[in-house]
Amino acid sequence: MSTSTIIASNAPKVQARTLSPEEQHEIDHELTLYPDRRAVGLEALKIVQKHQGWVSDESLLAVAQYLGMSAHELDGVATFFNLIFRQPVGRNVMLFCDSVSCYIMGCENIKDHISARLGIDYGETTADGEYTLLPVPCLGDCDRAPVMLMAGEQHRNLTTQKIDELLALGQQPLPDK
Amino acid sequence: MTDQPLTKNIDMSRAPFDIGQYRLAQGYEAVLRMFKDMAPSDVLEMVKSSGLKGRGGAGFPTGLKWSFVPTGDDAPKTKYLVVNADEMEPGTFKDRLLLEGDPHLLLEGMLIAAYTIQANTAYIFLRGEYLRAEKLLRAAIAQAHEQGLLGKNIQSSGFDLEIILHTSAGRYICGEETALLNALEGKRANPRAKPPFPQVSGLWGKPTIVNNVETLCNLPGILRYGVDWYKGLGKGSDAGTKLCGVSGRVNNPGCWELALGTPIRELLEDKAGGMCEGYQLRAFLPGGGSTDFLLPEHLDLTLDYDVIGKAGSRLATGTMIVLDDQTCPVGMVGNLMRFFSHESCGWCTPCRDGLPWIDEIFKRLESGAGRIEDMQILTDHLEYLGPGRTFCALAPGAMAPLGSALRHFREDFDAHIHSGGCPWRK
Repeated sequence: MSTSTIIASNAPKVQARTLSPEEQHEIDHELTLYPDRRAVGLEALKIVQKHQGWVSDESLLAVAQYLGMSAHELDGVATFFNLIFRQPVGRNVMLFCDSVSCYIMGCENIKDHISARLGIDYGETTADGEYTLLPVPCLGDCDRAPVMLMAGEQHRNLTTQKIDELLALGQQPLPDK
Repeated sequence: MTDQPLTKNIDMSRAPFDIGQYRLAQGYEAVLRMFKDMAPSDVLEMVKSSGLKGRGGAGFPTGLKWSFVPTGDDAPKTKYLVVNADEMEPGTFKDRLLLEGDPHLLLEGMLIAAYTIQANTAYIFLRGEYLRAEKLLRAAIAQAHEQGLLGKNIQSSGFDLEIILHTSAGRYICGEETALLNALEGKRANPRAKPPFPQVSGLWGKPTIVNNVETLCNLPGILRYGVDWYKGLGKGSDAGTKLCGVSGRVNNPGCWELALGTPIRELLEDKAGGMCEGYQLRAFLPGGGSTDFLLPEHLDLTLDYDVIGKAGSRLATGTMIVLDDQTCPVGMVGNLMRFFSHESCGWCTPCRDGLPWIDEIFKRLESGAGRIEDMQILTDHLEYLGPGRTFCALAPGAMAPLGSALRHFREDFDAHIHSGGCPWRK
């Protein structure tokens, strides 16, 4: 299978984008850590996502070509993992834990509150592109449930009031990540 | 000497020890002595006789696992040590404590394990969401390099070790050790057929040991203080200590290091402070989401692999999830079933098709569309997805809370069917 093959047969023909020097540099570093180029696939996808916000078809093709693997094989990896985004996401991705300890501690009410405040359900992004809400399996902070991971910060012992405070903070300009 | 070898350096109100502080607290001394005085086979014998069992969930004897790695002149030169730090079992938050609380303890344990199996490369497979742990581990690895505790010819021992941190991107199945190896190789994380076992043919076909974070953190203590001390830590039949956690409606949820053999009641009442006011204990999962429910009558059992096993459950990760009398047990198990269904890798049919079917039935029960014949379908799945029917332990693990819930909470299931949905939501 040629790496320049279109991902979806009904999509317009997609060309690989050019990886930025930073992306290439970071992927090259990962390549020194593994004896096989394809082993770097997930790390490379994460690097691209860090810089681009998500993994577009153009990025996927670029990474596949860079690593010398088929785009389909790499997409198989990309779609396997919960945290590789194959669609655009908001500036702040709310990874909301919906697993068992958070369930017992009432996370459903908190999730309903977020949905009501932002007008989005799981998998959706606000119209202003600010927030995406995603469920995430157990975040390993069960003694401080309910919890959510957003912009690299773990927010614990969540209440509807804390959500309101977080969203109010979001109205202010955030420092560059 | 200490009776808390895993957590003696941990104080989560401050940053973890850097390498200087860790060494002031006798850190890395065991490793230095090991390089000087012990052959790899000596370490193996010591770990075998310590009775250490794997702390990731299965409880397999660590020394025995290591002993399957081929040694001698005919053995492959390249071998790997892999740390399973992909903590994703629902309700489990123990490895996070070690990773964030004392990263050098893990690195010291890795040096011991790698030396024993003569692996010169070790990967830490860290879950992608553990961002703080990632930062701390990167710093710790760099410090260990600076002080000549990693790299080539460590402390003139002739032994080389590089530790490489791999961060994952969220998928429960990666905790299964052969799926983890596929993920590290850059493939979809489907489990592999066994045999061959990873000890013989693992990462890139080379002999590989995969150990859990907590397992490895037990090693420095064993080498420093000896087998008799380690065995003496346990109050019952199992050696050593275990990180034990409690989550749910208790006064003081948290994670503590307890002697194996400690009564469960002590964990729940003394450490976790008992149930919150207005809540009664209904049941608990003793070791994460893949274990069978135990009941209040089991509180005087001890935290021992065999004791919990005889009571029909598993100690597994040691992190207890408490079901109170005001949480719907059907909703709780339904939550677990949705998790397992979502996290099934899709490789084998019973798991790929069975878990979504179960999930669908729980959604029906919740919405009021549950039928009495659904109960038989759920019961049948306990067999279809049970041990021996699937490629790996994910689906059998999911059947543990389901089967025990059907035994203990049948009246709650029936109430969902007869009262047109979840009676707890009305």
